[in-house]
Amino acid sequence: MEFDLTEEHRLIQTTVKDFAAKEITPVAARLDQEARFPSEIISRAAALGLMGVMVPEEYGGARMDGVANVIVQEELARASAGVQVIVSVSNSLVCDPILRFGTAEQKRRYLPALAEGRSLGCYCLTEPSAGSDAMALETRADLRGGEWVLSGRKLFVTNGVEADLCIVYARSEEAPGARGLSAFLVEKSFPGIAVGNVEHKLGIRCSSTSEILLDDCRVPAENLLGGRGEGGRIALATLDGGRIGIAAQAVGLARAALEETSAHVKERWVFGRPLSEFQATQWALADMATRVDASRLLAYRAAWLRDRGERCTREAATAKLIASETAMWATHRAVQLFGGYGYIQEYPVERYFRDAKITEIYEGTSEILRLVLSRDLIGSRGSTPR
Amino acid sequence: MAQGALPEVWVLVAHREGAVRKITYELLGKARELAGEGRVVAILLGGGVEDPDRRFGRRGADQVVLIDDPRLAQYSTEGYAAALAALASEHPPPLLLIGSTAQGRDLAPRLAARLEAAIVTDCQTLAVEQGELVATRPMYTRKAIGTVRLARGRMWIAVVLPAVFPVPAEGDHRAEVRKASLPPEVPIRTRVVETRAIERETVPLTEADVIVSGGRGLRGPENFALLDALARVLEAAVGSSRPPVDSGWVPHDYEIGQTGKTVSPQVYIACGISGAPQHLAGMSGSKFILAINKDPNAPIFQLADLGVVGDLFEILPRLTEAVKKRKVAG
Amino acid sequence: MNIVVCIKQVPDTEAPIRVRSHGGIDETGLNLVMNYYDEHATEAALRLREQFGGTVTVVAAGPERAREALRQALAMGADEATLLRDAALDAADHLQVARALAAFIRPRTADAVICGKLSTDDNAAIVGPALAELLDLPQATAIAKLEVDDGAGRAIVHRELEGAVEVLEVPLPALFTVERSLNEPRYPSLPGIMKAKRKEIAVMDLAALGLSAEDLGTRGATLATLAAPPARTAGVQVNGADPEAAVEAIVSFLGERAKVL
Repeated sequence: MEFDLTEEHRLIQTTVKDFAAKEITPVAARLDQEARFPSEIISRAAALGLMGVMVPEEYGGARMDGVANVIVQEELARASAGVQVIVSVSNSLVCDPILRFGTAEQKRRYLPALAEGRSLGCYCLTEPSAGSDAMALETRADLRGGEWVLSGRKLFVTNGVEADLCIVYARSEEAPGARGLSAFLVEKSFPGIAVGNVEHKLGIRCSSTSEILLDDCRVPAENLLGGRGEGGRIALATLDGGRIGIAAQAVGLARAALEETSAHVKERWVFGRPLSEFQATQWALADMATRVDASRLLAYRAAWLRDRGERCTREAATAKLIASETAMWATHRAVQLFGGYGYIQEYPVERYFRDAKITEIYEGTSEILRLVLSRDLIGSRGSTPR
Repeated sequence: MAQGALPEVWVLVAHREGAVRKITYELLGKARELAGEGRVVAILLGGGVEDPDRRFGRRGADQVVLIDDPRLAQYSTEGYAAALAALASEHPPPLLLIGSTAQGRDLAPRLAARLEAAIVTDCQTLAVEQGELVATRPMYTRKAIGTVRLARGRMWIAVVLPAVFPVPAEGDHRAEVRKASLPPEVPIRTRVVETRAIERETVPLTEADVIVSGGRGLRGPENFALLDALARVLEAAVGSSRPPVDSGWVPHDYEIGQTGKTVSPQVYIACGISGAPQHLAGMSGSKFILAINKDPNAPIFQLADLGVVGDLFEILPRLTEAVKKRKVAG
Repeated sequence: MNIVVCIKQVPDTEAPIRVRSHGGIDETGLNLVMNYYDEHATEAALRLREQFGGTVTVVAAGPERAREALRQALAMGADEATLLRDAALDAADHLQVARALAAFIRPRTADAVICGKLSTDDNAAIVGPALAELLDLPQATAIAKLEVDDGAGRAIVHRELEGAVEVLEVPLPALFTVERSLNEPRYPSLPGIMKAKRKEIAVMDLAALGLSAEDLGTRGATLATLAAPPARTAGVQVNGADPEAAVEAIVSFLGERAKVL
């Protein structure tokens, strides 16, 4: 066993940490308050290669492994979970399935633009009546005259407003549930696709979340991703990677809470001594550090397994479950230790606290993850909805 | 050998166009202490220096060695190195003290390499123990203090931080003047095109007794005028922490801290500076620290001798007036 | 232009430094990075190469772990990297390190040698000018601006002095040490890191440099001990809600305690 990061991993870590500290941290609070999409930061991130971490060099990427991606995402989320999710969606939910399931032509057409930041991607799975129960989705795809025609309404699409390329899951086959689904590469410029409502959110406010509306949207046959009826499999395989990305985001948030709090308690004096000299504070910090460490190692393990081409559904779910709950718990502790200062926008911990909540919800709620894990343990299908 | 007594100590006179810098006198004081009854020699290099300043003698020099040569009218690394190397090879001193100025730092290592002398820079204390020169110096951006020993049997060059040793009181001692000359063949390959004074700096930050410094709390470039006004009445230099520099409110040469200058004035007045470690690295060697900040939890208060929790926009103008009055009265 | 950049790996300046009881610093868990002045030196070299062509060679004298700093320079875009690694260098003083670096640079006929103004671990600022002397190159230290006229074989640099800026003309080849304000170093890109991974970092010991231990000269300076700095403690805090009272307290502090009035 080997727990050391490689030289490249450490170099990436230093680079992204530095980039995030200089380019993101100083504006993170303002981006959050103004709920403004950070286009400049995203193009600088792309110049560094952060928009196509695992994309091979022939497609303009860095060809790094999934562990490297976890490192990148943690460092970005340490500075801003909102900026990070924009990057993470591009890497895990858009580039990754194209790499795994796309044809050579699809890779050539889409990956370089995504990796170089000329194009941004989004992932359209959730629908008004298909969230946790994603495989019940109702968007239709019909083959008409050699073209696919898509109709339906997608919800909670991260990057929905700015994305140029949408991976849309739709029902194309007679078969029920997952087996009836296919995935499509839908360009925003295709006729019949539009951005619907844009949501106002509690956290990750500089990333957009919107509806994507498909009204007889015409998609060329060659834009089918994978085979017909493979959509369910693609969606689930993609989610394994996506969950690792969210685990990394949660680790970054929890670490941000830990680091800001550690600094604050040394500076903040109460009853004539620094807050750090009270045992209640010390234990809280020790617990935060312990959980951050455990979460990070589990995220690394899931990414490492996936890099080896092994199935990692259970490990990805485990990592996301513990990391997201750690993020929520640690940011909650941080706000409490900051007291009144934790509740105002002059200090960053209230932002971490708001940002953390989504990690327990998207790409599999904590409840769904527990379901996945318990199914794996006892094989019960009794409580599975549909 | 008696503890600390060297038969001879040389001090390189730091000056610009004849104006002698304060550190020269600080070094003369230290040189006297290290030499005891031995000889303190001030080395003055210049072009068109007729009569060396009497103050070298009054501050403790026994001898002034003057090399007056048009090729030394302006500082050049190679000219100065050649002059000092010529003097030292004729008669090597046990110790040469050089002030840590832009010129001193440029010159000393090159000279050390030429003379195969042992060198230590950034010294804040100096002593001779068991035949070795022992210097302490800040390291790791002032997060540690190192003790460096220079080996016996070598010429020593110590580059000394400004404002760490006191200027000795003037006495009636007189130094004899010895004229020496620069060797005929000295390649000076660099050429000074021009020297542009930076207008606003009245006292160089690194030499100032009092520094008035501003941070993010000043809110904008126009408010540095409040610091300028106070600095004028205190005869102080104006500096800043990093945020005002990064925001373009003040030029880069204002910056005090890890990425800027390191200062150790008698009093450091921090206005609207929170006290990030990066800033503390540059000013925590100040003898007295006064901090004005509206945030009672600002880390700067942890090391301020006097901390004022309040609005600097209210306090600074009144302080300037009060100091003015006291000066007139006093 | 062929440019050699000398770099060093140092503790991250944001990391807390723990001094061990028997001297030296505790390196466990310490984040080690390329000295940031050296990042500016590397950036300066890369820009010259982009302007005039040629190669950028980076060299570090240090322990095995210093490879990582060299790798960073390669990831930024340097062409070649060499680690000078020899037991004799472990306890070497600055002049001895400069002699080893000089032996590496001399046969490479560099048009420019670029170093950081100082390294943030020991703050010595000795190696650069000493190296210029050993290589018999003209020098300009702590430069804040660098303009090279390759055809004329000279550079115009700006140096920040106390209260003045010196504009200096320096013939090439020359040695420069650089200030932070000279440029904004690029980040190594992820593809750059992957390319750097495939590059070989050469390792040379003294013998490979054609030096014997005696050629390094005897050690003149020894770091005998390292101690934590004396802690400053908080003094008096006054409430400035009443500015007149605060001013009174300040004036008495400046006059009676600090004695500057």
